Amino acid sequence: MRALLLISVFLITGSAPTLAASEGDFKAAYAAAEIAEKDAGQLRNQWTTTEAALAAAKKAAASGDFDQAVASSKEAEALAKASIFQATSEKERWKDMEIR
Amino acid sequence: MTTRSAIRFALLALAALAFAEPSARAADTPDPVADAKAFQKFFTQKFPKVKLEDFVNGPYSMNEDMHRQWEEKEQFPPYEFALEAGKDMFSKPFKNGKTYADCFPNGGIGIRQNYPYFDEKEGEVVTLELALNRCREANGEAPVSYVKDEMASLTAYMAYTSRGKPMDIKIPNDLRALEAYENGKRYFYTRRGQLNFSCATCHVQSPGERIRAEILAPALGIMNAMPIYRSEWSGMGTTSRRFTTCNSQIRGVPLNPQDEEYRDLEYYLSYVSNGLPISGPGARP
Repeated sequence: MRALLLISVFLITGSAPTLAASEGDFKAAYAAAEIAEKDAGQLRNQWTTTEAALAAAKKAAASGDFDQAVASSKEAEALAKASIFQATSEKERWKDMEIR
Repeated sequence: MTTRSAIRFALLALAALAFAEPSARAADTPDPVADAKAFQKFFTQKFPKVKLEDFVNGPYSMNEDMHRQWEEKEQFPPYEFALEAGKDMFSKPFKNGKTYADCFPNGGIGIRQNYPYFDEKEGEVVTLELALNRCREANGEAPVSYVKDEMASLTAYMAYTSRGKPMDIKIPNDLRALEAYENGKRYFYTRRGQLNFSCATCHVQSPGERIRAEILAPALGIMNAMPIYRSEWSGMGTTSRRFTTCNSQIRGVPLNPQDEEYRDLEYYLSYVSNGLPISGPGARP
């Protein structure tokens, strides 16, 4: 009955309690972002914003704010993946812009 | 479908292929001469009032007000101090007694219009900046920064001795040279950075337009004015500095100065401006 009551409260408030991110979560998220950024580097197409997000993640982790560190790492990974997409799609598309 | 109509269809399809394939191939076959012609035609048609040789003045060629500003600026050019410094550096012997003049044809005087060139022995594009640092290293001196100060002064002096000479970049009969040219072209038109800009976004699609307070320069003749004094930098900058800052401004991580891509880009941009006079060192807002 108590459990049901708790679930009802969570459903009413629309939020389950979120667990604070751990150092392990940060390390995993950061490693994924780093791999994506390395791939972008191999395509010679890294973005400054990815680098900034990676730096922000490290800084947040150093100060013990792992929630922020994970969020910044995920942002960095998304940016790195976007830069990879850009480099891949531009492989042929650049020709559309060429003066002929 | 009857046999006769099937044969007719097949023949028509073959004929269509015979006509279509060569033109498709032609579009992809590198043709630097045609590229340069189309490039210059594009800008002269876009700005019919600007004389071909005036494109080397970048944003100052884009309208009368800007042109007047350029004329006034040229009376007391902000790059003058770099010219003096460059001249001193150029003539000052290295520790081994040799000078820069020993590394270049014609003693390095009046040769700016021939750089970059494709070195068939090394199989790569050699820019003036690269040649200067190689000269230093060959004579036991440490290389200098590619982006400003000494390098900007040296290239400013060398450009000054070539003023008015038409850009004269050669593509030797060497597939590697053509490949370097094509790589430069690809770099120029490829979008990059979080802002998704290519070099062409600003300097082909939007010259004469404002981007914040700046008036964008046309790509035609953009190399002829290098190196430049930029008010925004409060100092001189080289071609390497221009390329790396362009990349940063579009939120792309710049490559290292004089990386192959940048040298190839300079090769392409210089080639398509062949015939336009050297105007460096230049001054820009």
